[in-house]
Amino acid sequence: MTGTAIISALAIWAAGWFINARLANSAAANTRLVRLLVPAIFGLTLLIMWELLVRLLEVSPIILPPPTMIADRFANEIPTLWADFVQTIVKGAMTGYIIGMLAAFGVAILADRSDFLTRGILPVGGFMAALPIVGIAPIFVRWLGSDWQSKAAVVAVMVFFPILVNTVAGLRDTTAMQRDLMRTYGAGYWPTLFKLRLPAAMPFIFNGLKIATTLALIGAIVAEFFGSPTVGMGFRISTSVGRLALDMVWAEIVVAALAGSAFYGLMAWIEGRVTFWHPSQRK
Amino acid sequence: MKSVLPVLTVIGAILLFWIVSVVPMNMHLTADLAQRQDIVVTPDTPVARQEYSGIGLALRNPQLFGMTYTLERPRLPSPHQVVVEMWNTIALQNITSRRSLVFHGWVTLSATLVGFVIGTGLGILLAVGIVYNRAMDMSVMPWAIASQTIPILALAPMIIVMMGAIGIQGLFPKAVISAYLSFFPVVVGMVKGLRSPDGMQLDLLRTYYASPAQGFWKLRLPASVPYLFASLKIGISASLVGAIVAELPTGARAGFGARMLVGDQYGQPLVTWAALFAAALTAAALVGFFSLVERWTLRRMGMQAV
Repeated sequence: MTGTAIISALAIWAAGWFINARLANSAAANTRLVRLLVPAIFGLTLLIMWELLVRLLEVSPIILPPPTMIADRFANEIPTLWADFVQTIVKGAMTGYIIGMLAAFGVAILADRSDFLTRGILPVGGFMAALPIVGIAPIFVRWLGSDWQSKAAVVAVMVFFPILVNTVAGLRDTTAMQRDLMRTYGAGYWPTLFKLRLPAAMPFIFNGLKIATTLALIGAIVAEFFGSPTVGMGFRISTSVGRLALDMVWAEIVVAALAGSAFYGLMAWIEGRVTFWHPSQRK
Repeated sequence: MKSVLPVLTVIGAILLFWIVSVVPMNMHLTADLAQRQDIVVTPDTPVARQEYSGIGLALRNPQLFGMTYTLERPRLPSPHQVVVEMWNTIALQNITSRRSLVFHGWVTLSATLVGFVIGTGLGILLAVGIVYNRAMDMSVMPWAIASQTIPILALAPMIIVMMGAIGIQGLFPKAVISAYLSFFPVVVGMVKGLRSPDGMQLDLLRTYYASPAQGFWKLRLPASVPYLFASLKIGISASLVGAIVAELPTGARAGFGARMLVGDQYGQPLVTWAALFAAALTAAALVGFFSLVERWTLRRMGMQAV
């Protein structure tokens, strides 16, 4: 039985790999279709192997549920998953993300007027961005209660530093020549900021905003491990793990993955709209 | 060196903000405590005090300012309380004691380092495979990039339980979480690094009649070193966060995450704060160590950081 399982899984792997190797080395390898098809086939191969191995080796679903079981659970629990999504992503992560972003922009623009402050904020902010800030979650849950407000606060602090550092660095990115040009036009501080320096900083700012999307989701989910109302993705993950309902945990992880990619994709799309002039966006 | 003064100013401003915040944050607790010690407090009932914000109450009771800094269980401890707690639990305890932060730090750090070494090693191997095999590149690379946009940390509780169910406990499940958190940044960074030599340099090697193996060892691998260090610094802090979070949902009994949870559940904020700052110091030390090695290595190789 074990032998059959392993041989059939290897056969599927070999088949998937054969198709991909042929596709990747064919003349059509650079077409859009093949570029999407190859990773899709790879993912599908892994899923089929997973399903097959779990079923044939009779792995207990409390260790690893098969993908079909997860998909089934996902389809049946959409109302619960949606409620968790709204609680964690929309209320916790999004609110915190917007607060942290606005605070970072505010501090960056204030600090930007002084070269002294800028030189202080860049290293300190970069240092803070590398720290395990998610550890403040228990403190914030105690201060602000277990509902989404404490999650939003954790997220705001987590996203603040990467966005701040990137905004401050971006505002310094104009050349002396460009600033002199603005001066010859008689532009003061604010016109220079809005017409030259902020647009020039946009590629940096969006870099920070994109890094922060993942951090926001991590902060909102992990903060719920420290206390939450009876709804939310982190709550559902920790209670389902406790009940050994791993198919539900996987369903939440699918939601988290979809939300993370969508959030990142949204920021990348806005970036494309805002910084269409930048070399990295040219097609 | 010229940024020392600005950095100190910014840190000073943050500390000052913290110290000033201690008064309003702890005012309600302090007022309750002071009343029990027969100190005159205005207004004189806890219910009436709830009407006021922390700042409002502080302005009416300036005589209590000093007490807000010495509470045993403050809402917001003052910096000196955190420092004292850290000194007591790091320096004054036997390092094998459960009350020692060094003991808990080592539990977290050992899992972090084991996971980091595994994750980095596998990441570099996969990156080499991706650079040399087109099918692998097209199959795996989109998933590696996409994985950076999803909160894979959410997998942590499940991995602990999954491995617990098949009888693996202790350091290894945490190391697995650390490993996969450091794995993807290293893959993405190393692929970029191994591809960084431009056509001119590759052509030069071809004119030397260099074999592919020589091309790898003498050009691609050295060229990837600055990218490797950039990924290592991201990877090690991700590994540490992974190990800490791995200790949270399962009620681990040792480690920084366990200390944070214990302090939270038993109403000992100083324990949580000390663990938090010790974790921050550990992260800073790890990143700082890699920055030093990076600077030394790149100087020896005559390269620039990316």
